[in-house]
Amino acid sequence: TDVIIESSVGYFTEGPERKDDIVKAKQEGKELTKEEKQRLRKEKKQQKKSKEKKDDKPSRDSEKEKKPASAASPAPQTPTQPPAQKAPSAAPAPVPVPASETPSAADKPAKSKAELKAERRARQEAERASKGKKGDVGPQAAPGKPKAPPSELQPVVKRLPEHVQVDNPEVLKKLAKKLERQQTPEYNAATKIPLRSDYGYKVSLFSHLHQYSRKAPLTQQLGIPSTVIHPAIVRLGLQYSQGIVAGSNARSVALLHAFKQVIRDYTTPPNEELSRDLVNRLKPYISFLNQCRPLSASMGNAIKYIKKEISNIPSQCKEEEAKRKLLNCIDCYINEKIVLAAKAIAKYSIEKISDGDVILVYGCSSLVNHILCEAFEKNRKFRVIVVDSRPRLEGREALRRLVQKGINCTYVLISAVSYILPEVSKVFLGAHALLANGYVMSRVGTSQIALVAKAFNVPVLVCCETYKFCERVQTDSFVSNELDDPDDLIVTRTGTTQLEHWQEVPSLGLLNLVYDVTPPDFVDLVITDLGMIPCTSVPVVLRVKNVDQ
Amino acid sequence: REKQLVEYFRAQMRKDPDMASAVAAIRTLLEFLKRDKGETILGLRESLKWATDCLTGEDSSVAVSSGGELFLRFISLTSLEHQDLSRCKKVMEERGELFLEKISMSRTKVAKLCHTFIKDGAKILTHSYSRVVLRVLEKAAAEKKRFSVYVTESQPDSAGRQMAEALRKLNVPVTVVLDAAVGYVLEKVDLVIVGAEGVVESGGIINKIGTYQMAVCSKAHNKPFYVVAESFKFVRLYPLNQQDVPDKFKYKADTLKTVQNLSEEHPMIDYTPPSLITLLFTDLGVLTPSAVSDELIKLYL
Repeated sequence: TDVIIESSVGYFTEGPERKDDIVKAKQEGKELTKEEKQRLRKEKKQQKKSKEKKDDKPSRDSEKEKKPASAASPAPQTPTQPPAQKAPSAAPAPVPVPASETPSAADKPAKSKAELKAERRARQEAERASKGKKGDVGPQAAPGKPKAPPSELQPVVKRLPEHVQVDNPEVLKKLAKKLERQQTPEYNAATKIPLRSDYGYKVSLFSHLHQYSRKAPLTQQLGIPSTVIHPAIVRLGLQYSQGIVAGSNARSVALLHAFKQVIRDYTTPPNEELSRDLVNRLKPYISFLNQCRPLSASMGNAIKYIKKEISNIPSQCKEEEAKRKLLNCIDCYINEKIVLAAKAIAKYSIEKISDGDVILVYGCSSLVNHILCEAFEKNRKFRVIVVDSRPRLEGREALRRLVQKGINCTYVLISAVSYILPEVSKVFLGAHALLANGYVMSRVGTSQIALVAKAFNVPVLVCCETYKFCERVQTDSFVSNELDDPDDLIVTRTGTTQLEHWQEVPSLGLLNLVYDVTPPDFVDLVITDLGMIPCTSVPVVLRVKNVDQ
Repeated sequence: REKQLVEYFRAQMRKDPDMASAVAAIRTLLEFLKRDKGETILGLRESLKWATDCLTGEDSSVAVSSGGELFLRFISLTSLEHQDLSRCKKVMEERGELFLEKISMSRTKVAKLCHTFIKDGAKILTHSYSRVVLRVLEKAAAEKKRFSVYVTESQPDSAGRQMAEALRKLNVPVTVVLDAAVGYVLEKVDLVIVGAEGVVESGGIINKIGTYQMAVCSKAHNKPFYVVAESFKFVRLYPLNQQDVPDKFKYKADTLKTVQNLSEEHPMIDYTPPSLITLLFTDLGVLTPSAVSDELIKLYL
């Protein structure tokens, strides 16, 4: 689930006939029926084949092969969308993957702007590329993956994964098909993992993300065939979707425990190898969990680790022994990466907490709470200011834990942060994930606190275990985020619900974001289990970790 | 034993006043290693650590402590699998000599990298007495560049005057300014070059008091702020602000030993955060402050 979004443009090579296509496409617009579109595609293919040299063919074929095999690069195949597609994930990206079939007023002007931009780029590229590469184009034939002609060593741009292209019906159809395909052959082909449907009006800037409702529990909305999904996973999915298990560490640990149960109950079918079959068995579970609540970076890393361990099981290993080994691996992982890491981080953090400190924390981070409790036990004299925000009000949980230990606490809402900051000597923040370019992804509101702290010259320390480091690169909070149930915003403290009928007002949208991204300039120090590093050194740690593995 | 150590160290310092105190410390440690009659590798390491502590007690600069730690790490980085202790010791000694040789060349390397940044007709501002900066300016003068230098007086020990004397010997036009006149003089200056006593993990530096002020002013004036430091000055500290720098570095060694109430003493060093530094010139190359952490990870891990 890790995707690198490349934002430079020079990766596609397009022939001069593109411009005609675009004009034709614009004129034809939505009137093209499916057959017409297919016909157009075929025509393009013919044109391309006639113009092409032999050596270009293998690259195109391999591209096409790659396309169905790698389900991670879906893209709409309609001819009306090519220019917008071809602008790979560049700045227009969040707005621009517009569905031609369901234009919203906001999307349409954006689409034509993106198209114009892409046209211009296409023309430039055409001039540049017209020398060597002919007819290497037909964007309709091959989906959005920009071609890397064999003569150039250009990296392939990875498309956004399906779960962030929700406003694109083609993508959704592909996703449904993919979920179907994930069945292992013995299961009935008719049963498949159902797709969860979105709820309510989505703010256009985030229309590419899912927005689910928590009003009714998941099992009432979806029919989950029990033969397909292990009950432990169903329980986990329910816990995630209802918010019973929340918090990055808690979710990862719950996931690993559920996988342990799955492994315990697993039996290798005859004529199958454990190392391959088990991995395939896990795939539908992971898709299901993704439907319940989008996977976090820490969960992604944990899953990668488990898959690696499973595929490394030697084939001559007996089933009992293999299962025991796997269970052991998972226990080690939890112990090393979470429990011991927390101890190491607490050790480093205590050096940074001096007597008389006033520490500000935001929301409820299990790691930060652990650190503060440890420091208090080591007899450091400090007091804590807990900042909280609606609608989750997670700070109350943190407050409860700290006060129970006997730590002196103050509780404010995030709107009072600039009032209280002159008193603060340090800010401790938890993180959901640390991205490869040094950005910190954390609960929404974190970047606000970091910004205000920077303005007051208060040092900001982020505490994060290394298993949360992910290879993704993100510079803004729009591209990849999570939308929570908008109905959470309706209720106020006094219990009145003036927004109750928000769905009836067509111009009103409620936005309940879960994560935001903090740039590294606002963070002074990251405390990890490897030591204290500046925010910009995350890629070095990732590199060192990869070398170790 | 301690007295012997300290005497040797002082002798080294006196012999070559141009040598960095850290280099003298490392020479002392090497000599100590040669004379040591320990039986086990672990015991050897323990006694080396003890020796480093003694030396830090004598000269409390950051460089001595970082140099000692790096020396220890460098010599123990070899595979010490030999059965015979004396053979192991021999290997360690050889590594120690190698290390010493490398760092003796470090100032020359730094000077070679940095002098190209001094253009003809440049006006340079520097702080207090730094032998590395002196070496850089020597090299630039040798390359027939014309430049003039402003040096701050750098109280409380007026080290700036020493620097001015040394520069006059090179026939470089030099002006000594008050520490308080840094803001005043910065509009005339093209670039600021300072040395460092220690380079910390965040990419910031620890240097003579007054450096932070100079850095803040040069940021306000948009003048480049360059730091020249050898790589053995990289230390595993991560201060968040001035207060966070450990007391043992802030004051002179004898002050630490004699005075009871440190809050009345004037600190000798301050911490400059990486956001104010443009580039660092080290024998590992020209680094940006964020690259320092990468280098440190390579050196220490």
